[in-house]
Amino acid sequence: MNPTDIKAPDYFHRVVDCQWACPAHTPVPEYIRMISQGRYADAYMVNWKSNVFPGILGRTCDRPCEPACRRGRVEDEPVAICRLKRVAADNKGDVEARMPLAATAKNGKRVALIGAGPASLTVARDLLPLGYDVTVFDGDNKLGGMIRTQIPRFRLPESVIDEEVGYVARLGLTVRSGERVDSLKSLLAQGFDAIFVGSGAPRGRDLDLPGRKEAAANIHIGIDWLSSVSFGHITKIGKRVLVLGGGNTAMDCCRSSKRLGGEDVRVVVRSGFDEMKASPWEKEDAQHEGIPIHNWLVPKSFEHENGKLVAMVFEKVAPVVGADGKKSARPTGEPDVRMECDEVLIAVGQENSFPWIERDAGLEFDKWGLPQLNPDTLQSTLPSVFFGGDAAFGPKNIIWAVAHGHQAAVSIDKFCQGQDVADRPPPHVTLASQKMGIHEWSYDNDVSNDLRFKVPQLPAAQALSNIKLEVELGYDDRLAFKEAQRCLNCDVQTVFADKLCIECDACVDICPTDCITFTANGDEADVRERLSAPALNLTQPLYTSGALKTGRIMVKDEDVCLHCGMCAERCPTGAWDMQKFFLETAQSGDRACRRAA
Amino acid sequence: MSFLPKPKLHHPNLPTNKLGYTRRDYEGTISTLCAGCGHDSISAAIVQAVFELEIEPHRIAKLSGIGCSSKTPNYFLNPAHGFNSVHGRMPSVATGANLANRELIYLGVSGDGDSASIGFGQFAHAMRRGVDMCYIVENNGVYGLTKGQFSATADRGSKSKKGQVNADEGIDLVQMALSLGATYVGRGFSGDKEQLVPLIQGALLHRGPALLDVISPCVAFNNHEGSTRSFDWVRAHNEAVNRLDVIVGRDEIVHAQEPGTVDEVTQHDGSVLRLRKLAPDYDAHDRDGAISYLAERKRAGEIVTGLLFVDPEPSDLHAALRTPAAGLNRLGDAELVPGAAALAAVNASLR
Repeated sequence: MNPTDIKAPDYFHRVVDCQWACPAHTPVPEYIRMISQGRYADAYMVNWKSNVFPGILGRTCDRPCEPACRRGRVEDEPVAICRLKRVAADNKGDVEARMPLAATAKNGKRVALIGAGPASLTVARDLLPLGYDVTVFDGDNKLGGMIRTQIPRFRLPESVIDEEVGYVARLGLTVRSGERVDSLKSLLAQGFDAIFVGSGAPRGRDLDLPGRKEAAANIHIGIDWLSSVSFGHITKIGKRVLVLGGGNTAMDCCRSSKRLGGEDVRVVVRSGFDEMKASPWEKEDAQHEGIPIHNWLVPKSFEHENGKLVAMVFEKVAPVVGADGKKSARPTGEPDVRMECDEVLIAVGQENSFPWIERDAGLEFDKWGLPQLNPDTLQSTLPSVFFGGDAAFGPKNIIWAVAHGHQAAVSIDKFCQGQDVADRPPPHVTLASQKMGIHEWSYDNDVSNDLRFKVPQLPAAQALSNIKLEVELGYDDRLAFKEAQRCLNCDVQTVFADKLCIECDACVDICPTDCITFTANGDEADVRERLSAPALNLTQPLYTSGALKTGRIMVKDEDVCLHCGMCAERCPTGAWDMQKFFLETAQSGDRACRRAA
Repeated sequence: MSFLPKPKLHHPNLPTNKLGYTRRDYEGTISTLCAGCGHDSISAAIVQAVFELEIEPHRIAKLSGIGCSSKTPNYFLNPAHGFNSVHGRMPSVATGANLANRELIYLGVSGDGDSASIGFGQFAHAMRRGVDMCYIVENNGVYGLTKGQFSATADRGSKSKKGQVNADEGIDLVQMALSLGATYVGRGFSGDKEQLVPLIQGALLHRGPALLDVISPCVAFNNHEGSTRSFDWVRAHNEAVNRLDVIVGRDEIVHAQEPGTVDEVTQHDGSVLRLRKLAPDYDAHDRDGAISYLAERKRAGEIVTGLLFVDPEPSDLHAALRTPAAGLNRLGDAELVPGAAALAAVNASLR
């Protein structure tokens, strides 16, 4: 193996599993340390820079960081990264003074944003400080898009949305709310220098089954229904409710139903429990509220009497593993299952829909009806039009929308300045020793043995009494500190200087997780087998040194390193050092900061 | 040293032995020795050795004297018995403990000061009496605790950190042990655990006086140019005569695969020492041959390591004294204090 090139930003970035997994590459361990120190406002701003909506995401994020968290590989559960983010947002106090100011001088370029969801608002935040004239169009009267219309209030209070949307709006955003764009051509004709499409995936899938039309009055499309509930147009539901679908929208539908008068609320899913698309914690929350989930049932028909829905019929299926090893559902041949009900909510997926883009406008679509885009620049075949969020590659989640927003803003800035859009700016990276004294580090390297702390919740009876009452109470200071202490500080890297090593084995002996081995060089597959603890997790890199005095090399398996710094404390020559790796992805707004600095 | 305890979290695939213990269960408290000390590597080798032998830690008694080396029993086998004795007196305590209780495995840990200076006589008598123990000398050739004076094992002509040349002849504890009748004699190096771990395992299983001289560089005071106990010097002058595998029952513990002819030694308890010869002429059964071989290689400036001598049929102190099989601690007052009549009989037999 060749010595690892630690100067390549990706190497240490990969070691910070959470940050690497986050689409917006939020510097997670950095803000978690700030939370431990009670520096909530600082933690909030680190988040705000990367993901724009810390208070919203701290309650609703899909948390790709948590399954990636190294802690989950050395004990039972990952750090509660998402809910710690909420702690920063809840306790930050007044951060007005830290927010960027609206640009005093305009640069003369006009950008239109279609849809006022997280992707568009991210573009706005990144471009407004640079002096762009940014106008957002949305059919709804308030900013926020799906954040406001589809996420129930008991998970996300409206005040949090108002606050974080407000931080963007007051940078000088021109809002044309209540104005749905119905023609790309006419928008193009208005002379915008660039257009960003962040219109989401607004169409809920329907089920074309017998009885659907006849019983239409009692059958609703999930996301439309949630939106009506959100705006207060719907305030009650029948006593017996069936929710069809296994995603997060289904979970929001069933929990909302339970709060609007549903007494017998059930979720019916065509797949198995484990195969459901909903996040594990959302399934858990639904079950906690007494909502049963029925699996392996495929909707067959709606039964009605004189136009009133009375029941649904399902076919029983079971998983079969095919020759290719893939699971598929096959009918079991058992009698159909009939469930009586008063109303049905269909939450079986969302689709993109661009009826307002004329097919002769010069914008190419692929065979699935999605725009043809450069995946890095998000530029469409019409060079002045960019896409992001669910509108770009189909339904994903808020944090992906934010990540797209940042990239699209970089593209739009380059496009408007006449630069090459494909030339992407590198991330900002620093690597600095954390040594303060012989055995003192600037980070807390005492590894906590605590297991993950549960987030306190309202008692179920109280939570179900009012759809606007937030169920989760959030961690208090003490729990937040203890949970934050579970973070392993994976951004504080073990950096090895082979010229200094005397091969005394001190690091090998002290390492609590057997990460370090001194051994003969070989090819990677061979070396992985020969380590003190064989490196079987192939998704994690090996850190290898150049040849040492004995001709051997140092190999460190990054997989389960606790970043405790014991190797560096034990090293007599300083060949190991603990150095903090800090990476921020480049944003278009960085130009404004540099100018101010 | 470090201030924090070693984190409890461990590798998810950390193996357990037949007793259900992981290697981590054989550790002690965190070492307070200097960072990089060779002694810590020897502690790690002891942890590995006992874990692999699947010995319950409480079946071992750790005994030591005074010095950096003698602090180390605190850093391994936390649940084992321990006695940190007066300077140089570990062999006496080991002798007494061994006479009283025959059920424990005695692991003496000492240093070059503790065994070659103040405790030299004690060392000699434990060897010649044949106390059944594994006697490890963590030999760094320097008095580290008092800032780097030459110890009695420092080689003549070697240089101190400040540049003084040692005018005195160094004591070779391996030569001493061979001359004094030890029945298992080896030399290892803290920087080579593949060699050291099986040497310790063989010594722990050996039922007689077993001496291991383990060269252990002192990173603070004896790891410089001109030292003959530095990592670089030992690596450059190390002549390993053999590599050892220890086989208990049917389970072979393989540490490294290297070529060489094989010499198998079956010990009294049925364990097998498999010696893979690296020096083809070296015979680990020839005490006198070992003594002259060591002297010859020393003149050539080499440090001979490996299992240097083993007697597969050792005899120990208990055999010489014809003590009861159960051990003195199993005897009651009646046997231990037989009374005036018994004394009179003994006296009469001597008249």
